[in-house]
Amino acid sequence: MLKRPKVVLSAGVTVALTASALVTGCGNASGGSNSSSGASGTSGKSSITIWDIQTGASQKVVQDMSNDFNKSHPDIQSTVQFFENDPYKQKIQIAMGAHNPPDIFTGWGGGVLKSYIDAGDVYDLTSDLKADPSWANRFLPSVMKPVTFDGKIYGVPNDNVQPVMMFYNKQVFQQYHLTPPKTWDDLLNDVKVFKAHGIAPISLGGKDQWPDLMYEEYLVDRIGGPQVFNNVLAGKKNAWSDPAFLKANTMIQQLVNAGAFEQGFSSVSSNQGEDAALLYTGKAAMELMGSWGFATILSDDKSFIDQGNLGFMTFPTVPGGKGNPNDIVGNPSNYYSISNDSKNKKAAVTFLKDAVLNDQNVKEWISIGDVPPVQGIESELKQATYGDYLSFTYDMVKDAPNFQASWDQALPPSEAQELLTDLSKLFLNQMTPQQFSDDMNQHMQS
Amino acid sequence: MGTKMNWQRWLMIAPAVVFFAVFALFPMLMAVYYSGLQWNGISSAKWVGLANWGSVFRSGDALHALRLTAEVMVLSWVVQTPISLLVGVFLAGRQRHRAVFGVFYFVPLLFSSVAIGVTWSYILNPNFGLLDALLKSLHIGNGNQNWLGNTHLALLVVTLIIAWQFIPFHSLLYQGGAKQIPDSLYEAATIDGANVWNTFFSITLPQLKYTLITSSVLVLTGSLTYFDLIYVLTDGGPGDATTVLAMDMYKQAFVNQNIGLGSVLAVILAVAGVILSILTLRFTGFSRMESQLEGM
Repeated sequence: MLKRPKVVLSAGVTVALTASALVTGCGNASGGSNSSSGASGTSGKSSITIWDIQTGASQKVVQDMSNDFNKSHPDIQSTVQFFENDPYKQKIQIAMGAHNPPDIFTGWGGGVLKSYIDAGDVYDLTSDLKADPSWANRFLPSVMKPVTFDGKIYGVPNDNVQPVMMFYNKQVFQQYHLTPPKTWDDLLNDVKVFKAHGIAPISLGGKDQWPDLMYEEYLVDRIGGPQVFNNVLAGKKNAWSDPAFLKANTMIQQLVNAGAFEQGFSSVSSNQGEDAALLYTGKAAMELMGSWGFATILSDDKSFIDQGNLGFMTFPTVPGGKGNPNDIVGNPSNYYSISNDSKNKKAAVTFLKDAVLNDQNVKEWISIGDVPPVQGIESELKQATYGDYLSFTYDMVKDAPNFQASWDQALPPSEAQELLTDLSKLFLNQMTPQQFSDDMNQHMQS
Repeated sequence: MGTKMNWQRWLMIAPAVVFFAVFALFPMLMAVYYSGLQWNGISSAKWVGLANWGSVFRSGDALHALRLTAEVMVLSWVVQTPISLLVGVFLAGRQRHRAVFGVFYFVPLLFSSVAIGVTWSYILNPNFGLLDALLKSLHIGNGNQNWLGNTHLALLVVTLIIAWQFIPFHSLLYQGGAKQIPDSLYEAATIDGANVWNTFFSITLPQLKYTLITSSVLVLTGSLTYFDLIYVLTDGGPGDATTVLAMDMYKQAFVNQNIGLGSVLAVILAVAGVILSILTLRFTGFSRMESQLEGM
């Protein structure tokens, strides 16, 4: 679903890092790799293919990772093929069905990965991870959930965390002497003031529908905690009738009716950066967006960030809610999984272990302004360009008891689509919270 | 009709028959077969018989989509046909500079649907759009109309943009048809003292009967399967206000990964298209191919 724009934060650093790549890469390669590839036979090189969807600077990071790996592992040849995001989803689906997938494929975990697992197409990594605790403990715990099913792990994170946060325009807030809202009531109050001054309080890309979902995800978690949506995932009867959904949806309509969103939000596109444009042109005060919203603004209006006008904060708390205010929602990461049809599973495991998010790879992600879900990189992030923003993102993920993956990725595709359509109707007051719950219950059963 | 089929004739029609079978008949039959499956396109399929058909007709979504498609069809015909007819007849005239006009009228047809969709969505943008800014500077309305995000307006706006794209094509048909009308008919009418309106309604329009039918069939069947421009402009939204049948089919089959339900909608679309063309041809006498130039 989500758009993932990428921007080079500091190309210079990347060059310097690439120069040192060889050394670090070799250092990492010692250990498991030689023994595991030895088992695959003496007949020579085994080759593995990786399908990925990164573009621009991120693509270079992945390509460097593969090149470094090939240098440090002479017995394995890794090749990465890059595809466009949307065609990729269909391509991998067809390749899986035809039992002709690559050795390693990228994905978002959740419902789509589950459908491949159920079809017996994905290799179970649990025992490999257990055999090497240092590998298993490399990642932040909250990002492993989307690839964990029944206690078994089917993938490892391979890029960066993208929590959803509230961006705001500091200038506009100063102009009307307002403070960024900490609680729901603060938010409603700020909305009133901005509205009275002819400024759109919140910018929302309602045309693409997924931005609507961020409000729903946060409010339901704040009100009822993670269990509410877990009941939906577990397929419990009438799970959508939980009072938390009704309350969250009532609050959403409260926001809509207070005029919180810009004129015509239902035809404003986030994929085309219109919602961000409202924020940095001062036409809107706030925007709830995934962390890639930073990169969007950086590429569209760099001076806005360089002048220190972009603020970021966590989603407001809801008084009396059961959920932990540190909980976050968003895209935990992209993940690499190994396909069961791979002829070189051992070599593929070696690649995931030795190449993906190793020290060098982590450095390169940080150098292009991304935050990889890896333990113990606080100081590196602080020193990087826009370190305050990167550290804020990292701390959000590290401190989160629960990192809820976007619901439309976690749910089966047809239910996700129905959810997005119904939410969009809810935002347009075409549906009441009660109708929303009834309709979603009905769709879950069919 | 009474032609005797010998082997040479069979040989001659073989390529057409083979192409029709491979690219029309076979996919259609496969869609009928798929419509009985519960299948996400990845894991193994399960035969569920008519269950998909049942759920399509039970759920309000498909009926809603069907209604929207009918609306698009009627609106498209009502908007496109008169304008195309007038433009086409105008362009068929022999006065000077009409070719220059023709080029301008023809331009929208040269753009891809995606380019048209993106351009119009910029023009209609509620915050930065050209149209709202224009209206505001002319003091018409409040300059805050949400053209594509208003559930009551979106389908009409989309239909008008479709018309903008296709009117040039249909004008071209009418232009060609009008140029075929023999001058002698008009000369005779002038001698009889007919004015412009008489000539148009008594000569031009009847002579264009079959062009009108061809164009109408194309408008009606075309709007039945219209998809790309809607996909770019609204993606079926806001809510499901522009989720026509073709859009619903795409979403069921490829977004929801429910090939069975998508195939049901595909079969409905195909059958509706065939019935529509047959009815149009029947009621208009097109199949009898009577001459309009008897005694000429």
